[in-house]
Amino acid sequence: MTTALELQGVSKVYDAGPTEVHALTQVNLTVERGELVAVMGPSGSGKSTLLTIAGSLEEPTSGQVIVDGIDLATVSRADQAKMRRRSIGYVFQDFNLLPGLTAVENVTLPLELDGTRAKAAKASGVKALDVLGVAERADRYPDELSGGERQRVAIARAIVGERGLLLADEPTGALDSLNGETVMRLLREATRHGVAGVVVTHEAQLASWADRVVFLRDGRVVDQTAAPPGPESLLAAGDRR
Amino acid sequence: MSVPHALLALLSEGPKYGLRLQNEFQWRTGEVWPLNVGQVYTTLQRLERDGLVESDDGNGEGSRKRYRITPAGDRELAEWLRTPPDLVPPPRDELVIKVLVALEVPGTDVHEIVQVHRRHVIEVMQRYTQIKASAREDDVALALVADAELFRLEGIVRWLDAADARLRQLPSKAPTPVVDAPLEPTRTMEVSQ
Repeated sequence: MTTALELQGVSKVYDAGPTEVHALTQVNLTVERGELVAVMGPSGSGKSTLLTIAGSLEEPTSGQVIVDGIDLATVSRADQAKMRRRSIGYVFQDFNLLPGLTAVENVTLPLELDGTRAKAAKASGVKALDVLGVAERADRYPDELSGGERQRVAIARAIVGERGLLLADEPTGALDSLNGETVMRLLREATRHGVAGVVVTHEAQLASWADRVVFLRDGRVVDQTAAPPGPESLLAAGDRR
Repeated sequence: MSVPHALLALLSEGPKYGLRLQNEFQWRTGEVWPLNVGQVYTTLQRLERDGLVESDDGNGEGSRKRYRITPAGDRELAEWLRTPPDLVPPPRDELVIKVLVALEVPGTDVHEIVQVHRRHVIEVMQRYTQIKASAREDDVALALVADAELFRLEGIVRWLDAADARLRQLPSKAPTPVVDAPLEPTRTMEVSQ
């Protein structure tokens, strides 16, 4: 596995008038390609700040953010913006598809903004839609798609092209539990195609789809789960009852 | 899990041998609850004694007995399906007791204790989710059993989260002096049906 995201000693301090707010303190986190990591913690624990810093939407006060082997502090703002378009995909709570564009146009928009030729962009877009099982809906507009298909298109947009890092902030927000599960299945499936995923959630059941769960508290990583030992251990536990 | 009623349910589909009942029980409950064949036969004997099933006295294939549900068994099954499980009084929950005890043990960080249990419960949830993730799409029984455990465990995590938040709101407590104080009257909590 190769490392897609590495946070080393990352801290973030906001000036709030006379006081300082320490949103993150000395956070270390490594996420490999093919791995889905969930970040859990109570409100105000720094989950969303961690995600915006990992996605280079915000700079840390100190520490290093390394995406696909590149230390973001060593590249210009223009190059950071390029990395955001090329290497990092975002999944939003309400999926944010543009209504005037077809499914494949929504998916390829970040590639075309980045100068990829239309034909190549479309090929990448269809490939990403295919990973999510909605390639045959490529030419439909969002209002012609079901809710589930829109979720898939939004995730396809986040993994299109060479993206190695997928970031999702409470991606199942307003969904009922089965639809929330579908989104987590899709995110997990997307990471199995070689993308690294980081999902912020406060719901344990959704976090349990991740390979690893990291716990934040007051801006610090306080704990994380061990690698799951596999379902057979549950049956063994049942035998002992 | 009521094994007698699960066996009655399987027999409501038609007469079956004990071994087949064992296999079907395990398969239909997502193989989460193991059941040995001895348990099956003991349970069948009790059901037969109570007139809820009857057997053909080993006249079938070989010497194996084939069991069928009786009309009384059908009635028992229908009633059991509609009887609410016993939810009160609240069970003496080991985890709740541990957190309550942690509050009183000098030098113990109750938040650290809460986090240890939160991580452990989520690790168990990860294993159930793995079962669900690798199950066949049409294996509804397995998904239902895994969901039931996941919702139950999620409830525990939510309780731990709430306990953690509630305890953080408290002003920090001075260490309790070790003296033989008179006992306060015991509080009881009753939940009526």
